[in-house]
Amino acid sequence: MSIWEYANPKKFMQTSAWLLPWVTGLAVACLVAGLIWGFFFTPDDFRQGSTVKIIYLHVPSAMMAINAWVMMLVTSLIWLIRRHHVSALASKAAAPVGLTFTVIALLTGAFWGQPMWGTWWAWDPRLTSFLILTLFYLGYIALWQAIEDPDTAADLTAVLCLVGSVFALLSRYAVLFWNQGLHQGASLSLDKEENVADVFWFPLLVCIAGFVLLFVALVLMRTRTEIRARRLQALLARERLA
Amino acid sequence: MGALLIRDLRLAMRAGGGFGLGLAFFLLVAVLVPLGVGPEGDVLGRIAPGILWVGALLACLLSLDRIFALDFEDGSLDLLATSPIPLEGVVAVKALAHWIVTGLPLTLVAPGLGVLLNLPVAGYGWLVLSLLLGTPALSVIGAFGASLVVGVKRGGLLLSLLVLPLYVPTLIFGAEVVKRGAAGQAAEVPLLLLAGITLGAAALLPFAAAAAIRINLR
Repeated sequence: MSIWEYANPKKFMQTSAWLLPWVTGLAVACLVAGLIWGFFFTPDDFRQGSTVKIIYLHVPSAMMAINAWVMMLVTSLIWLIRRHHVSALASKAAAPVGLTFTVIALLTGAFWGQPMWGTWWAWDPRLTSFLILTLFYLGYIALWQAIEDPDTAADLTAVLCLVGSVFALLSRYAVLFWNQGLHQGASLSLDKEENVADVFWFPLLVCIAGFVLLFVALVLMRTRTEIRARRLQALLARERLA
Repeated sequence: MGALLIRDLRLAMRAGGGFGLGLAFFLLVAVLVPLGVGPEGDVLGRIAPGILWVGALLACLLSLDRIFALDFEDGSLDLLATSPIPLEGVVAVKALAHWIVTGLPLTLVAPGLGVLLNLPVAGYGWLVLSLLLGTPALSVIGAFGASLVVGVKRGGLLLSLLVLPLYVPTLIFGAEVVKRGAAGQAAEVPLLLLAGITLGAAALLPFAAAAAIRINLR
């Protein structure tokens, strides 16, 4: 039993068909439970009032926005090194999902920032690096769409993803240099004494789990679609030849 | 490699377009910005470092698609790829040629445009120094972007979408050097970081660009 078995599209389709309903169901359950718990059964914050509740959407989507890019980096590397098509397709499938999470994080942040900071947008390092991450996602998706040959597209986007990762990290630290922050520091670190208070922390954990599962479900679904689209193209090509 | 460099330089000079256009664009940016934000000297002086850097960056972007596209169309890129020079070397030489025809002239005219934008006197040396150190990074990163879209017809817009996010660190450190220099503060730290980006990009990106070209020629 090795993970490379799933490089075989047939095996991947079988396993993911079995896995998908479970992951989707769990994602929905976690999100419903976490969001209802978070929105209706937690107290208002002492200073932030009810706006604190946006944390249940903002933090998990921001986490997944970054993790989606990391996943794309890993799958791109696997594609470049081992030439497994499923890996390249998973990378392609993850990009729009990651972009959506990035936009959700930016929008929820703006809705929270308007009453709390008094502005929808500030050129804070975290906000700026997320905006730059959005641009990287857009470029990646646009490159996939611009190139017709699927293998060339997979190769070029994988190279872009590798180089883009380095520059995204560079930009992350360059903007720290460029401006001081308004955004609060990390409040979920595992190694810190004091984090978010437990009343907010437990529903947040459920929401994070829900977002992770949602991401996995969406990526599985989209990868399956991509594999089917690829099979369809192969069938059509065969028909033309016959 | 020397012959390739001379060939690229000759092509850039004689084909018209690329060489003068970037400079004209840079000049236009420096003229249009005061028209847009108003003639107050202190406002212009404060935004001059950023405007000059953004202008240089966009002027650089204009001619990027010419680095490989023409050679790809007439087939000389295939010849270069099969020639005894490694493709990484070809990329590096072409990026160098691009820098000589765009980055270097931009650096030389920048102080003149600084006068138009009322850049504080202390900033001129830093402006030239930062552009001199930073524009090679723009050319190398741009060559990488151009190598990705070499097979795409009308890839100009796509190229800017791919390349501009990659320009972010260079722009931040480059403009910061001039801003600090113009304000009379110590500008060595961003200058060193800028030089680091240029050296790192020049050392590593030709490999990525050569890989992309090989994929496109497959």
